[in-house]
Amino acid sequence: MIVETDGLTKRYGAQTVLKGLDLKVAEGSVLALLGPNGAGKTTTIRILSTLTRPDGGTARIDGFDVVREAAKVRGVISLTGQYAAVDEEQTGRENLVMIARLRRFSRSAARTRSAELLERFDLVDAADRRVKTCSGGMRRRLDLAMSLVARPRLLFLDEPTTGLDPVSRTTMWDAIGDLVRDGVTIFLTTQYLEEADRLADRIVVLHNGGVVADGTADALKNQVGGTRLDLDFASAADAGRAEALLGGVRTESRLSVPSDGSATHVHRVLDDLLAAGVRTERVSTHRPTLDDVFVAVAA
Amino acid sequence: MTGTLTMVGRSVRLSRRALDTLLMSILLPVMMMALFVYVFGGAIAIGTSYVNYVVPGIIVLCTGYGATSTGMSVADDMKKGAVDRFRSMPISSFAVLTGHVTASVARNALATVIVVLAAVGMGFRPSATVLDWVLAMGLLLLYVLALSWLAAGVGVIARSVESASVFSFFMLFLPYLSSAFVPTATMPAALRVISEHQPITPIIETVRALLTSAPASSGWLALAWAGGLLVVAFSLATWLFRRISSR
Ligand SMILES: Nc1ncnc2c1ncn2[C@@H]1O[C@H](COP(=O)(O)OP(=O)(O)OP(=O)(O)O)[C@@H](O)[C@H]1O
Ligand SMILES: [Mg+2]
Repeated sequence: MIVETDGLTKRYGAQTVLKGLDLKVAEGSVLALLGPNGAGKTTTIRILSTLTRPDGGTARIDGFDVVREAAKVRGVISLTGQYAAVDEEQTGRENLVMIARLRRFSRSAARTRSAELLERFDLVDAADRRVKTCSGGMRRRLDLAMSLVARPRLLFLDEPTTGLDPVSRTTMWDAIGDLVRDGVTIFLTTQYLEEADRLADRIVVLHNGGVVADGTADALKNQVGGTRLDLDFASAADAGRAEALLGGVRTESRLSVPSDGSATHVHRVLDDLLAAGVRTERVSTHRPTLDDVFVAVAA
Repeated sequence: MTGTLTMVGRSVRLSRRALDTLLMSILLPVMMMALFVYVFGGAIAIGTSYVNYVVPGIIVLCTGYGATSTGMSVADDMKKGAVDRFRSMPISSFAVLTGHVTASVARNALATVIVVLAAVGMGFRPSATVLDWVLAMGLLLLYVLALSWLAAGVGVIARSVESASVFSFFMLFLPYLSSAFVPTATMPAALRVISEHQPITPIIETVRALLTSAPASSGWLALAWAGGLLVVAFSLATWLFRRISSR
């Protein structure tokens, strides 16, 4: 186990942010810590990356205690924090060379490694421009590249795609996917179920300072109930007739029925309704969101 | 060592590119000097040449104020996650402060040279020997180091760049309560007590005595203040930086 925590607690003043967190992460896997604002995701990452001391419990990274053996832990990990920690007034290349030099690369090795990373993360355009003139997506990729200068075994990513547009988000996901194939263990936090679904082997849901769900994306979604179809009718009476025909859950003039989201299923539902003489005004598919997960697991 | 040099390189580069801060730390003292020499100077009669009297005060004010921008750089790094990144790496992350302090010394050295040149243009006629210059610059160096480390500590605990800048304002106004612009003898008794016992006064008077032929005074006192302040400020910054993890 590359990450192992036991009864981790953290308080800020009167507020208890973590109430005895137990986590285990196997080397080479991808864990997504999912939670709403203020759940304690960043706090967990800060403790595991030796930035903040826990108030109670223990945490070990590769067998080293994060408090007593912080220096050894730092040799194993790399951190990409919630907000891109790049120097705005330096260029992309200068930022990378700086990290490489701090990590004791020789001058020429630092230059080679930086060029390699600029290429790999599609940052050649940003290489010799000051970071303040770069887009959010570029900054985030540079931030990630800076964390990879020394090839860490364990990478912490705190909300790697929050605030990015869909294209940048996909680029970021691809970059993370490459790392996984290289065997880097990834511990990421996110507010998006889709992101966890796409990247993680295992999802841990944090709520009120504790783990409320832990499993694969599929297991979690099954717990929530998968995709559903929302059918809107002109009146509650129409919705009632549809309910008699299809089952599902009715609220006023809307009926929600479970679905696999396929066109075939949508066709069949609409055909059945048409055959029974019920006019459907609007159809939408609804995939489970983080909100649904919370409603389900917090209940 | 490479780590510290890399951090110094980083801070110097950041300073060089933050043009507004750099210009401010040079233009402000030059403009103040012009103001005091040309606007107020005529009305202030102190018995000797006013420009010779005021320039050492302006230099000390300028370096003190310039040193405090270290606090804003450090607060910015704390806030934007640079310090977090460095602290999560297997390096001596304290070097991030050493880097900013060193850049501050370099910035202030540059500003001081420009201020002295501008002063000569305005009629400043130092009577200092080479040794006097060396001693004066040595004392200023100690003073800048002390204030830069103090500012670094302020930057570590400040919650934002704006709160760190409060220290700059403080250092901009403190010299008014000293013998920088007028001899303390002209002040009301209460102010005089403060002015004569705060550290800036002996430092200004020593620099003034070294550069011009003002009556020699409190050299050892100035040295003790600057040195003592440096020791306290450095220890404080070290202690505050270590304590970050318990927040
Ligand atoms: N340094 C601090 N001092 C006081 N309170 C803090 C501090 N850091 C975090 N908190 C509080 O702890 C709680 C958990 O914060 P944390 O940043 O870990 O949440 P998060 O899950 O990362 O949220 P987000 O999605 O907003 O990033 C929040 O209520 C926050 O206000
Ligand atoms: Mg967070």
